[in-house]
Amino acid sequence: MDKKAVFNFLKRYLSYIIIAAVALFYTVMSLTGSAKTADLYLLEKIAIAIILAVSLGMVVGFLGELSLGHAGFMCVGAYLGGKVSVILEPVLGNSFPTLLISIIVGGLVAALAGVVIGLPALRLRGDYLAIVTLAFGEIARSLFMNAPEALFGGTTGLKSPRFDKNSLFIVAFAFVLITIAVTQNLLHSKHGRAVTSIRDNEIAARAMGIDVTKYKLLVFMISSFFAGVAGVLFSYSNSRIQSASFDYNYSIEILVMVVLGGIGSINGSIVAATLITFLNVKLQTMLTGDLAVLQNLFYALILIVIVIYKNAPALKTFREKYNFKNFMALFRKKYPIKIRRFSDYGRRKNNQHL
Amino acid sequence: MKFLIALINGLSAGGTYAIIALGYTMVYGIAKMLNFAHGDVIMAGGYMMFVTLTLLGHPLWAVAAAVVFCVVLGIVIERFAYRPLRGASPLAVLITAIGVSSLLQSLAQILFGSATKMPVKLQISGAFKIGSFDIAYSTLITLAVTVVVMAVLTLFVNYSKTGRAMIAVSEDRDAALLMGINTNAIITITFAIGSALAAIAGYLMLCKAPSLSTTLGAMPGIKAFTAAVIGGIGSIPGAMVGGILLGVIESLSYSVPALAPYTDAVEFAILIIVLLVKPSGILGKMRREKV
Repeated sequence: MDKKAVFNFLKRYLSYIIIAAVALFYTVMSLTGSAKTADLYLLEKIAIAIILAVSLGMVVGFLGELSLGHAGFMCVGAYLGGKVSVILEPVLGNSFPTLLISIIVGGLVAALAGVVIGLPALRLRGDYLAIVTLAFGEIARSLFMNAPEALFGGTTGLKSPRFDKNSLFIVAFAFVLITIAVTQNLLHSKHGRAVTSIRDNEIAARAMGIDVTKYKLLVFMISSFFAGVAGVLFSYSNSRIQSASFDYNYSIEILVMVVLGGIGSINGSIVAATLITFLNVKLQTMLTGDLAVLQNLFYALILIVIVIYKNAPALKTFREKYNFKNFMALFRKKYPIKIRRFSDYGRRKNNQHL
Repeated sequence: MKFLIALINGLSAGGTYAIIALGYTMVYGIAKMLNFAHGDVIMAGGYMMFVTLTLLGHPLWAVAAAVVFCVVLGIVIERFAYRPLRGASPLAVLITAIGVSSLLQSLAQILFGSATKMPVKLQISGAFKIGSFDIAYSTLITLAVTVVVMAVLTLFVNYSKTGRAMIAVSEDRDAALLMGINTNAIITITFAIGSALAAIAGYLMLCKAPSLSTTLGAMPGIKAFTAAVIGGIGSIPGAMVGGILLGVIESLSYSVPALAPYTDAVEFAILIIVLLVKPSGILGKMRREKV
């Protein structure tokens, strides 16, 4: 095998290997009883963040649309999946089947919400999806909060079962692998190429006979499904679902993960999701009270600086000189291998207006 | 009678939405971007009013200072966050706008803390009595300001040289450039006008209920954008019609006890219906896409 093939193989499968290895390592640790509870909790959070980031990355990176209500879909999944788990708990117990059923229900309901929200917005060109999802995120929250207390617990939130903390992270990581596999396989399929062609030039894609609305809706639906799954995992990890957890800032946090990891890069999203969740947990103890807002300030700056650096037409030469690839090339020896990117997903061409 | 009160309150709330929506729709029409930070410019203006009020003590100074501050802020945002991305993909601009919005909110929280401020001096209390029911003075002031703003803006856009240049840029930026219009200057002016309107809208909101927090502009911003879409995004009369329509619907839905907790959802449902039935909005024009 030559170097390029190895590189491409790693690019596609390295994330699976690392995630499986981490999950396996901690499984052994928790079986022998030497894993710290705080670490396992952090792993659950990281897994949830990866699912959210990869699924949002699908919409932002491969569809080229912006969803600002990812936390809203998560909220729908968390509440309805959580409700299912509350109903099923007396029958099946707090067991794996209950968890699985509520995850599937939560995911499906979120996917349904995705279709309902996506259908009007995705038929149109322009920034409609952003505003519709933004409004949806806020409204889903207030609907669950104002719903009868017997149903969803009102402002105090819905009390949901907490899954055994020694094994929830395994389930969560299994779903991380499923999310990555679905995203990657979709992307490398005929449908995925249709989707990326829509992103690159919608009019040309339409002229090639691609049903634009159908594909946009498909991707958005799958993305919302995984947001719902993450929501149910969240409810199992926190044992209480409060609508305040799924606010606008949470959606932005997920977006920061996608942008920081590089729009259109699945592996990037995974790394960024891990990093940001880790930082969040570490910073939580350091930044308390009004200082907590420094974190939001930091996220906002990340969004602005990265997007301008990556996209500004005036910075093109600067970008070509000072980038990650050239930085890494400093460490290579004599013949720097010039690697063509497997696909230039993250990059939009400048000939948008044609 | 109750219906009439709800209607008048709705017209007044709608006036505020319309003024915010004008800022959205003008920027959208001319710079072809969704200025997510618009709602936060309102909030920044609110804090400016609060600061001037504690320093100088008169609401009139506060409003003037807020308008100037918002205009400067709008120009700065446009210059440093949006202009570098002119010609880049719409997604990039959108994400930057969200970043700016988040930045303004967190800066305000760092400077002023998360506690709600009460600039009570801005409040206009008292009511105008007609027979058995009252209309608050703040409602009447909002209505008057809305009418004046709309009239001035319509005259400005349609009859002044700058206004006509704005129309030209919104129709075709490249052609406008060839006609000798300084498109960058026009876009800056648009942001300045939009931000000034945001400051005025902020005052109208605070004179009704003087409670100032970092999320002051967030929800009204979303609603005003909804109003702009309902009226037809990019169309100035559309923003006015959409804003007032949304305000009236909101107020009427709020006066029905069964619907009151779900008012936001009702408005959202209307947005969805408009997007399904007439995506170009009430007064918007559908443009054919040419290759």
